Amino acid sequence: MDVGLVQMQRRLADYANALFKEGILDSQYLQLQELQDESNPDFVVEVVSLFFTDSEKLLNDLSRDLAQPNVDFKRVDAHVHQLKGSSSSIGAERVKNACIVFRNFCQEKNIPGCLRCLQQIKQEFLLVKSKLETLFKLEQQVVAAGGSIPTVQQPSL
Amino acid sequence: MKSVGSCFPNCQRFILPHQGILIPLSHSEMGSHLKIDPPPCSLPSSFFSSSLSFLAAVAPDRTPVEMGVTAESQFHVLAVDDSLIDRKLIERLLKTSSYQVTAVDSGSKALEFLGLNAEQARNSHTTSVSPNYHNQEIQVNLIITDYFMPEMTGYDLLRKIKESKSYKDVPVVIMSSENVPSRISQCLEDGAEEFFLKPVQLSDVNKLRPHLLRGRSKEQHPNSEKRKDREEILSPERTRTRYDVPEVF
Repeated sequence: MDVGLVQMQRRLADYANALFKEGILDSQYLQLQELQDESNPDFVVEVVSLFFTDSEKLLNDLSRDLAQPNVDFKRVDAHVHQLKGSSSSIGAERVKNACIVFRNFCQEKNIPGCLRCLQQIKQEFLLVKSKLETLFKLEQQVVAAGGSIPTVQQPSL
Repeated sequence: MKSVGSCFPNCQRFILPHQGILIPLSHSEMGSHLKIDPPPCSLPSSFFSSSLSFLAAVAPDRTPVEMGVTAESQFHVLAVDDSLIDRKLIERLLKTSSYQVTAVDSGSKALEFLGLNAEQARNSHTTSVSPNYHNQEIQVNLIITDYFMPEMTGYDLLRKIKESKSYKDVPVVIMSSENVPSRISQCLEDGAEEFFLKPVQLSDVNKLRPHLLRGRSKEQHPNSEKRKDREEILSPERTRTRYDVPEVF
């Protein structure tokens, strides 16, 4: 048995488990993995990549919206709603939670609160982005070495 | 249904998306014995073609695979969601359950596709589906739509479908990321069969099956003679019951 491959798989599994423990990813991410199979081998990467580009655009829109002299809170709310939806759909738990907090400030029309929240969302987004990119790299290494990606255990919630 | 020579873990992976339909009865090194419930005639033919190709892929040198054969066509689901990510998700969820899927990004595109809104089709400049200018009735077995969409909500779409002659009996399911009880009861009161909270799971999609089957049996009921003909086509030997499985080599 290729010890190198086993170690790689162990590292991958540990990395993935940590993401769940830290609440960066939730069980919805596991649902995505379950939908991936031989006929759709890149499903997770595709959906996550969509999430990255979608979110980057939304975050830019939000920055712009909040910088307006008369902030259109309906518009801001619509953008956050979208971001909350997509982060929820891929299992980016912290991003989703930050969006929920944002929406409360939005309802109160509290601009400083919104701006603080936006910073928070951006940070969480960058975090989950870098973590997932690392996760995908580790997966690629395992597959390249001839191994299969170990299924992550359902975390106890 | 027997898969000869395919090891049990492979069969287990195969069972997973068809939970509630495939039940393992026994397994050994030689193969696994799986039970199909509900009976094969009510399942879409894509189920069997995808099963056959899966089993052929995992056990390419093995013959034969016994399998039920049905002449039923696939269920067609129209999915409506303005979020590209959610559209990809719902499409995958539905295709995993062997449904044929058409996904559109708005209520107006959905109406256009169904041929319910010829005016809108002619005026629209960006159609991602082939426009249905002649109000042709499309074969759709279920419509699943997001609630919160710009211009037309899922609720508005539900109302329009229920008001239409051609599609009022098509089951409609609404999805939403927000748990608003008044919204949910409003949709259910006005004809939605189910209301799913997002993110939608495989277990939710499994709940769609009874609605689809009920729709199909409604199609078959009006003319009982027609059904007899269909049964004859399915089982040419009169002594065979529906659940007997012809061998496929």
